[in-house]
Amino acid sequence: MEGPLNDRLHGSRCAGCAVAVYPADPACPRCGGPAAPAVLSGTGTLWTWTVQRYAPKSPPYVVPAAGFDPFAVGYVELPDGVRVLAVLDIPPEEVVIGMPLRIGAGDGVPRAATVGAAV
Amino acid sequence: MSAEDVMICGAGITSFARTEATGRQLAVRAVRAALADAGLPWSRVRAAYGGSDAAGNADTLVAELGLTGVPFVNVRNGCATGGSALVSAVNAIRSGAADVALAVGFDKHPRGAFDPRPADWGLDEAYGHEGLMVTTQFFAMKIQRYMHDHGISAQTLALVAEKAYANGVRNPHAWRREPLDAAEILASGMVNDPLTRYMFCSPGQGAVALILCSRAVARQLDADPVALRAAVVRTRRFGSFEVFSPWAPTGTPISVSTDAARLAFEQAGLGPDDIDVCQLQDTESGAEVMHLAECGFCEHGEQERLIASGATAIDGTLPVNTDGGCIANGEPIGASGLRQVHEIVQQLRGRAGERQVPDGPSSGFTHVYGAPGVSACTVLTR
Ligand SMILES: [Zn+2]
Repeated sequence: MEGPLNDRLHGSRCAGCAVAVYPADPACPRCGGPAAPAVLSGTGTLWTWTVQRYAPKSPPYVVPAAGFDPFAVGYVELPDGVRVLAVLDIPPEEVVIGMPLRIGAGDGVPRAATVGAAV
Repeated sequence: MSAEDVMICGAGITSFARTEATGRQLAVRAVRAALADAGLPWSRVRAAYGGSDAAGNADTLVAELGLTGVPFVNVRNGCATGGSALVSAVNAIRSGAADVALAVGFDKHPRGAFDPRPADWGLDEAYGHEGLMVTTQFFAMKIQRYMHDHGISAQTLALVAEKAYANGVRNPHAWRREPLDAAEILASGMVNDPLTRYMFCSPGQGAVALILCSRAVARQLDADPVALRAAVVRTRRFGSFEVFSPWAPTGTPISVSTDAARLAFEQAGLGPDDIDVCQLQDTESGAEVMHLAECGFCEHGEQERLIASGATAIDGTLPVNTDGGCIANGEPIGASGLRQVHEIVQQLRGRAGERQVPDGPSSGFTHVYGAPGVSACTVLTR
C-alpha cells in the first residue's frame, strides 16, 4: 500500500532509561546519555486531541490548494512508550480519546488515521 | 527565605488597556508610581532588574528615570520575566548588596495571536507549514485530557472566564471591563476544542514595578509594607507536558508549577491552606482549573464542585485572580507575573477597592506558568 502512513516514524531510544523520542535525537532528554536510532510502532491510541478551527497565521502556515478546512490534531500514544504529535486525518466529529490509530511519518509532520481508513 | 524577609514597600501599575503608549513609556510610569508609593527617590535604588519580551531593554529606562549609575540587569525569561526579575531583586537585598531594589516588567504586543517560529523551538519548518505552531492547541489538548481524566465540564471552563470578566469590571486598570456570562462564553465560537474565544486571554500591554527593601529600610519609611516570604522560579523536569513538543513521555504528566509552588510554600513555612487570596496563571480558563490543583489548593477533579460553588469568587473561601487575571487584563508577557504580585500587595494592604477580598486577607500566593516549561511562584504575608 502506498501513502504517508506507510513510512514508519524514525525516532530514537536510550538504552539506559528506555526513553523513546520523536524525531530522533542523539542524546537522551532524560539522562543526557547516547540514544540509538529506532523505528517506532505504526499503531497506537489517541491520548488527547483538539481541532484547529481557524486558519493559522501565514506564514508559516501554508493554506492547502483547496482552501482551509478545520483539522484535528493530537498526541498518539505508542507501545514504544512515547506520545507523538500528529495531524489526525479523521473528521473532527469522530475523534475520541482512546481510539486506536495508525500513524506514519507523513510528508512533513506525522499523520494518523483510523485503523481501517485508506490513507 | 528563612533569614530575613524582604519587604515590598512600593507597588506601581499602569492600565492594561490598549493605548498608543510604548512599552518603555508604560514602564517609566510604573516605576515612578512604585517609587512614589514607597516614598523613595530613584537615586535611592541600589539595584534594578527588569525586562520585556517584545518592548525593549529595561536598562535603557535609566535615560528617563535618571542616570544615577545604578546596576540595571535585563531579564528576558518569557512568562517568568517578572518572576526572575523579582528573584534577582530579592537576592540582591538578602545578600546585602542592596537595601533598596527595583523589579520591573513591561510589554506591548501586536494584536492577534503570538507568532512563534519553528526554528526558535528547535523544530522542523514542517510544524509551521502544517499549522502546528499554534500555542492555543497545546492549552486545548492539555485541558481536553484533564477533563477526560478528572470529570471537568465545559460549563466549569465557562464559569472561570465569567468570573474573570466580573472581576475585571471591578478593576480600574483591567483591559476587559464588560461582564460576560457563561452562556455567552460557551457560544462565542470554538477556537480549539474545548476552548472558545472568550475563554482565552489576548496579547496586550502593561507595566508593573515593585520597590523591595530590607526590613531596616522598611522600618524608616512611611510606606505600607508587605513581606515577600518566598519568590522562586523553576524549570521543567523530565515527564512534563509542554507547548510545541513533537513528542511527550507516557504516564501522568508532572508539572513544573507543582515544583515551584511546593518550593515557595516550603521557603515561606506556609501551606496552601494558609492562603487567603491567590493569583494563578489563566492564559485560558482550563489553565486556572488545572493550576488550582497543580499548586496544591485542591485535589484533581475537585474544581468541578469548587468553582460551581463560588469558592474562587472574590467573596468565596479561596478567591482566585481577583483582578480579572490574564483573561481580563490581557497578556503582556513581561508584565503579567508582577501584575499578580501587585494585586496581592494591594489585597493584603486592604487597598483593592471594589475588588477587595473581605475580612482583611493576611496571606497571598502568586503563580506564573509559561513556555517552555517554566513557573514562578511567590508567597506574601502581612
Ligand atoms: Zn536516558
